[in-house]
Amino acid sequence: MALTSLDESAILQVRDIQIRFKTQEGTVHAVNGISFDLNEGELLGVVGESGSGKSVTMMSLLKLLPMPPAEIASGEALFNGRDLIRLSDEELRRVRGREIGFIFQDPMTSLNPVLTVGYQLTEHLRRHLGMTRSQVRCRAAELLALVGIPQAEARLDDYPHQFSGGMRQRVMIAIALACDPKVLIADEPTTALDVTIQAQILELIKQLRQELGMSIIWITHDLGVVAGMANRVMVMYGGFVVERAGVSELYGNPQHPYTRGLLESLPRLDEEGDEHLQGIEGQPPNLLSQPSSCPFAPRCPYAFERCTEENPLLEEVGDGHEVACWWDIDGGVPRHGR
Amino acid sequence: MAAEAGIGTEAPANETAGREVLVQVEGLKKYFPIMQGIFRHQVGAIRAVDGITFDIFKRETLGLVGESGCGKSTTGRVVLQLYPATAGRVVFNGTDLTRLTGEPLRRMRPHMQMIFQDPQASLNPRMTVGSIVSEPLDEHGLGNTRAKRARVEELLELVRLNPKYTNRYPHEFSGGQRQRIGIARALALNPEFIVCDEPIAALDVSIQAQVVNLLEELQQGLGLTYLFISHDLSMIRHIADRVAVMYLGKIVELAESRSLYTEPLHPYTQALLSAVPIHDPELEARRERIILTGDVPSPADPPSGCRFRTRCPIAVERCAQEEPLWRELRPEHWVACHLAE
Repeated sequence: MALTSLDESAILQVRDIQIRFKTQEGTVHAVNGISFDLNEGELLGVVGESGSGKSVTMMSLLKLLPMPPAEIASGEALFNGRDLIRLSDEELRRVRGREIGFIFQDPMTSLNPVLTVGYQLTEHLRRHLGMTRSQVRCRAAELLALVGIPQAEARLDDYPHQFSGGMRQRVMIAIALACDPKVLIADEPTTALDVTIQAQILELIKQLRQELGMSIIWITHDLGVVAGMANRVMVMYGGFVVERAGVSELYGNPQHPYTRGLLESLPRLDEEGDEHLQGIEGQPPNLLSQPSSCPFAPRCPYAFERCTEENPLLEEVGDGHEVACWWDIDGGVPRHGR
Repeated sequence: MAAEAGIGTEAPANETAGREVLVQVEGLKKYFPIMQGIFRHQVGAIRAVDGITFDIFKRETLGLVGESGCGKSTTGRVVLQLYPATAGRVVFNGTDLTRLTGEPLRRMRPHMQMIFQDPQASLNPRMTVGSIVSEPLDEHGLGNTRAKRARVEELLELVRLNPKYTNRYPHEFSGGQRQRIGIARALALNPEFIVCDEPIAALDVSIQAQVVNLLEELQQGLGLTYLFISHDLSMIRHIADRVAVMYLGKIVELAESRSLYTEPLHPYTQALLSAVPIHDPELEARRERIILTGDVPSPADPPSGCRFRTRCPIAVERCAQEEPLWRELRPEHWVACHLAE
């Protein structure tokens, strides 16, 4: 896909990313041509189940994947006029943490257990901003206070194991925010946390967004978490984007059978639970073969001949609402695409 | 037991509205010792479960919810006597399990089984599906080889797996299928009672619904009773008839599912419910959340009085001094809070 619409407000433009993993069993086609824009100041929710390619796509932007076995077969990611995929390691190092921050899922394994939190917090500051020691310490305490850690100054000398899970994730957020990045990529940042702690972190992110105004990519498998935060949501399956829309449109008027299935699989906290859950039959896709048909076709209740022959591309079906499906789910007829 | 103040002193009536009690848990405690020094002397105890009382009725699903470390999994294991209880009783169908050891306890095991959280870790990778599912039959000496093979095929069909798969190994299956194998193993001895310990937590959303539907169908078809342990409050509302909420080793609230979700009485339950995100953007924009401050205290040194008081938005002085009583504030709706009314 060429760069046709050069949206002025897009801070990050990702085009046709393809990622493969060479494994003993064969080539895993993890990501098969993903394109998206991240607009200035927006929160883009990326929803998908394990193996959908959501994390791998975002990690590839900063070359955080082990290569090999991973291989970025094609694609570009324009950020500030530069293509991240083609940057040298040295140039990329200046982007990581400085301009694009990353929060990982598991705060236990992503902090170094033998270094103090203060040291890990200030690593970026020393490297990127060339601050003096006392400036750095002052800024680090400021950051810990910003993410709501009490007695921030004193806690700089503590090690990660002295913090609870929720506090560690706050430290991770503080590290990601240290250099005031324009883009924050959050990879399931609350999945490992308890629900009351998750609520604390979500509240914190909402508040930080208002104060700092950065653009956020929020990766999650939980449709509930992004419902209250995202501006737009894209749904991934088998290494493809299958649907993308504004948040209320996506939840209120889902057009892809997979999105519908996901929403119907979830019981609601505010509803009586007597009826049968819909669920989605079948198993997640096998990514070992080159995709040539719709990845969801084997599990799709609406699948017809064309679905097993051609892979549908994303197509606009409403204002900013795109879906990759041959079947018009509301009309009950095939879509006449391209 | 009876002299001690607090949760567990006033047990709910044993026969409520004609329902038959299958499992009766009374004042159950489980402490894990904390050892220190080269002589490993005990310096304290983790009070994982600290005096809980509840009944499980025949053919019902009792949901047990709480956050990590609240003792819900330990409760499940002590109920099945996988860990010996520190104090209290577990009466199963009239038999006090805590008094049994060795062979008599082993003879009770076929009646009560467990489904584990992680289907990857709970299935032996070197055993075929057939031998995994027939292991309980071997263990309890039931049937000859041919009868066992027929039973394994029957069980696999029951959990919607192809009976031809008996000679395959766990790694050849997806997460959802592996959980079905775990369910087939739990059903092998025709149990009456199954403890489901976070059976869907490790599965993808679309697969969770499949497994929950299967568990519900099996309950209907086989007349099973479940203790369903989970941190997923939405799923518990869907599957459970009654729900118990745990916090730091205590049950703080227990009620019919509907009553608990529409009118939570304990401030912890209220905060917990308000923290769960709902997949509805319009609703999320309007919702008011109760954000709890701080973290769960250590179960080795729980707060005095009410254990929730350190994070409770409405705590008063009394909460630090007196442990709240276990009160039936509405019919069938029990709560342990001084301020709930």
